[in-house]
Amino acid sequence: MTVDIVVPVLLAVLGGAVRVGTPFLFVSLGECLTEKSGRVNLGLEGVLVFSAMAGFGGAYLSGSAWMGVFAAGGCGALLGLLHGVACSFPRVNDIAMGIAIMMFGTGLAFYLGKPLIQPQAPQIPSIDLASLIGLSDTSAVQAALRMNALFPVGVAISLLMAWGFRHTRWGLMVRMVGDSSDAARALGTSVVGVRIVATTLGGFIAGLGGASLSLYYPGSWNEGLSSGQGLIAVALVIFARWNPLNCLWAALLFGGAGAIGPALQSVGISEGYYLFNALPYVLTLLILVLTCSPTRRIRGAPGELKVS
Amino acid sequence: MSLFALRSAAEGLALALLSLAGALLIFGVFVALGGYDPIVVWRILFVGAFGDAFSWQNSLQRAAPLMLTALTVALPAQAGLTVIGGEGALVLGGLACASLPYLVAPPAGWVGSLLLLTVAAVAGAFWVGLAGALRHYRGVNETISSLLLSYVAISVLKHLVEGPMRDPASLNKPSTLPLVESVRIGSLLDYDVHWGLAWGVALCLIAGLWLAFTTHGFATRIVGGNARAARLVGLPTRQLAITACLLGGGAAGLAGGIEVAAVHTAANASLIAGLGYAGILVSFVARHQPLAIIPVAILFGGFGAAGSMLQRRVGLNDASVQVLLGMAFVIILAAESLRGRWFATARAHA
Repeated sequence: MTVDIVVPVLLAVLGGAVRVGTPFLFVSLGECLTEKSGRVNLGLEGVLVFSAMAGFGGAYLSGSAWMGVFAAGGCGALLGLLHGVACSFPRVNDIAMGIAIMMFGTGLAFYLGKPLIQPQAPQIPSIDLASLIGLSDTSAVQAALRMNALFPVGVAISLLMAWGFRHTRWGLMVRMVGDSSDAARALGTSVVGVRIVATTLGGFIAGLGGASLSLYYPGSWNEGLSSGQGLIAVALVIFARWNPLNCLWAALLFGGAGAIGPALQSVGISEGYYLFNALPYVLTLLILVLTCSPTRRIRGAPGELKVS
Repeated sequence: MSLFALRSAAEGLALALLSLAGALLIFGVFVALGGYDPIVVWRILFVGAFGDAFSWQNSLQRAAPLMLTALTVALPAQAGLTVIGGEGALVLGGLACASLPYLVAPPAGWVGSLLLLTVAAVAGAFWVGLAGALRHYRGVNETISSLLLSYVAISVLKHLVEGPMRDPASLNKPSTLPLVESVRIGSLLDYDVHWGLAWGVALCLIAGLWLAFTTHGFATRIVGGNARAARLVGLPTRQLAITACLLGGGAAGLAGGIEVAAVHTAANASLIAGLGYAGILVSFVARHQPLAIIPVAILFGGFGAAGSMLQRRVGLNDASVQVLLGMAFVIILAAESLRGRWFATARAHA
């Protein structure tokens, strides 16, 4: 391989890390918040698809991409609320309910989204980093440094969450409910209430990831829009040890892995395109195999959590 | 069967029926909001599924793979594992079935068919067994790993049918070379239903008998009921759980093999039809009881059959059935919290 192939591929992977990683970032932050309160939401896959549809529909109908973003977050929050409330009933298994929400959200998105497959919707603007820092020599560099305007929002949320968990009363409450519901109950905190709020907010954050899918990259609505990103994010949270800042790095890593296939294709290497697309899944599995252990809990795992 | 067991079975049935009725009711409201007449929609759901001999055949045809993919969820669930990777095992089974002729020519006739199906089952068993093994040797959550493995299997299928194994004659839809006529699986007697239905029903029955009447099946249920107790009495919990995964994966692989040998004649993207995911729902509704899977699969096969009729008759798009199934799934799981309440007084008097 020569330099004129390697450099564009590296640039494309780097740019792709942000572009492909943004949905990962939002979903993993949403899942992180949910899991910190001691509950798993596998339904975020359904939230992602449903909110991608809602975001696209919102932007298409209102003519404003940002209205779409809010619609996506709102719809994500609604599905999160459904999961949170349903799991609060006694003897309802949160893993199984997550699978149900996944199927429900996906079905609803496909049903309501049929008329949205053709039209174009206003897109989320991109931030041109290259011209901001006065670097604009080649188009490849510019393309790599063009950034989804939602990405800085995601970074801000992850910083806010990291600070909030550590330094605020609310953060402490979520962590307490997640680590020991008995302790929370003894202090008079409503375990069910905190979990419902955390799951709903988590749904909202994950919904922003859906908007990033349908309104930025790939930037349209179709039924193959998400293929397991929501579930990869669940594994990502385990990899990130339930730390919002680590979620950021993990999302970028996975975004980069997911961008290798398209990057190679863009320079004309289409051999094994689908195999490269499987890379994020394989990477997730590898990470799970390396970090999990049959005998002890993972460090940093909320005590009430069943998934680790 | 004891009175208690009878009551709890009756309660389970009542809860499942009530949840389904609730889901149909909400679905009616949902389509009414979209401007459709719910009465017409309900009627078509019934007529399209079980109205006449033709729709019965269609429903049974669709139920066949669901029975097998539901076993993929049910058998590991009996051993306490939540496996949702049936889709991948099915795809891999179908792929394995279509790939065998690339290596050796299978003998003609039913011996060849059986060989192809065995290969398919082994491939599926390996895939779900892997998720089970990762759980027990590495502590990796099997729900997540089985689903990730599904996506890997789908990528492998796409890679092979669009690349190295592509039949040059398949232009619009990249496929593997079609199976020769002699090893394909035909229809059951004179009906429009293929032999997959017989496989599905037979395996559900065998699985039910295995769980109820064999020591091995009983031990598996103990592992699922209380893993710690199982270890205390010295049961080989790892082997039992992984075996359940292997058997379950084998069922999905078989379903994929049957889809290829009886329906598509070659492996292609048609295998990725969500049968594995529908099987999850079937198994949960049947409370992971293999015998209950048979009627539930027929019911949901019927909904699938009615779905295309809904599209033709009233113009509801084909995702509407997915909405109905999703609603049913959510309600059935939520209804779990009602269990044990209705017969509490009766039990106190008994």
